[in-house]
Amino acid sequence: MLTFLALASVVLLGIVPERSQAIVIYTGWERHALVGSDIRLSCSFFSWRWTSEDVTFSWTYRPDGSRDSISIFHYTGGAAYVDNKGPFRDRLEFVGNPGRRDGSILLKNLEFADNGTFTCDAKNPPDIVGRPSSVRLLVFEKVPIQAGVITGAIIGVVLGLLVLIVVIYYLMRFLVARRVFSLSVSKHGKKKKEGSQQRQGPAPPADPSKVKAAASEKKKQESRKDKK
Amino acid sequence: MLLLLLGIILLHVAALVLLFVSTIVSVWTSSETSTSDLWYNCSTSNGGYHCDPASTGEWIQAVQALMILSIIFSCLSLFLFFCQLFTLQKGGRFFLTGTFQILASLFVMSGAIIYTVTSPDWVAQTDTFGYSYILAWVAFPLALISGLIYVILRKRE
Repeated sequence: MLTFLALASVVLLGIVPERSQAIVIYTGWERHALVGSDIRLSCSFFSWRWTSEDVTFSWTYRPDGSRDSISIFHYTGGAAYVDNKGPFRDRLEFVGNPGRRDGSILLKNLEFADNGTFTCDAKNPPDIVGRPSSVRLLVFEKVPIQAGVITGAIIGVVLGLLVLIVVIYYLMRFLVARRVFSLSVSKHGKKKKEGSQQRQGPAPPADPSKVKAAASEKKKQESRKDKK
Repeated sequence: MLLLLLGIILLHVAALVLLFVSTIVSVWTSSETSTSDLWYNCSTSNGGYHCDPASTGEWIQAVQALMILSIIFSCLSLFLFFCQLFTLQKGGRFFLTGTFQILASLFVMSGAIIYTVTSPDWVAQTDTFGYSYILAWVAFPLALISGLIYVILRKRE
């Protein structure tokens, strides 16, 4: 029992300090940009310890197709050191906030030769054990259109126009029908009042539409009799 | 009378089937070892037959959209024909059916024209037009004639 407790305590003491010493670094996975534009490569970290004053950030760059990487940025002792001899000379700027665990850099005026992998490594003493994280940069001449965007847009617009025309057509029919309906009601109301005033007057004139319907029915009956 | 009706429906269905085949089968351009457009570029290399998605240019997407729209309008026209067959009054004309069918034929025509004019941008000079492209051009006059027949046709009982 005692040996078991001793073993357990040793294991726990072994695990917990290890976990509190591992630092986790976050960058993007892949970034797309246009030639000539600027891009911000973000890098931040998670650590169980408070942000120390000796926190360091360093960025290295490995071009596409090359096996060697060169260091392009280093922040240590409260000062940032940018590339002044390599491919990013005069194009690199530090825009991060080490106090807030942000070690982002800004690349200006991108060229096609900047295609490659950027690796960020951060250390927060005494938390120094961790894996650097990489972000891949892809530089395009123009942003490629995704497959199907224009297709869907054209189909959607045409079908939308079709639906709109159908809706407008039925709306117009409905509105015209309402106006006709209200007109006939007012006429019918006036005729009723005249009829009630003259009790022994002639029968009120029938509705013109009813007269037409009766006439057309008579015509239909006659035509059917002719056919037979 | 019934024969005329069957003939008209057959013409419409034939145009519709041609449209379907032309859109779905991806053989607008063909060469000795590969077929490409509208949706896939397939080639027979030493390792066998493998297909990649077609290029995502603006014009090829426009052709895709126009072919799909022509299928939709032709199907709508067939459906409207059957609706109007039973609801139209005597002596009436199948205007709506004819309009949709003529619109479908116009969409096929513009799709085929856009493909003809812009395909040299991404197709090699040695490649020729495939059978899907030819079927699209055949479907256009069939659909046009079918639409005109609908516009001229009068309903008898």
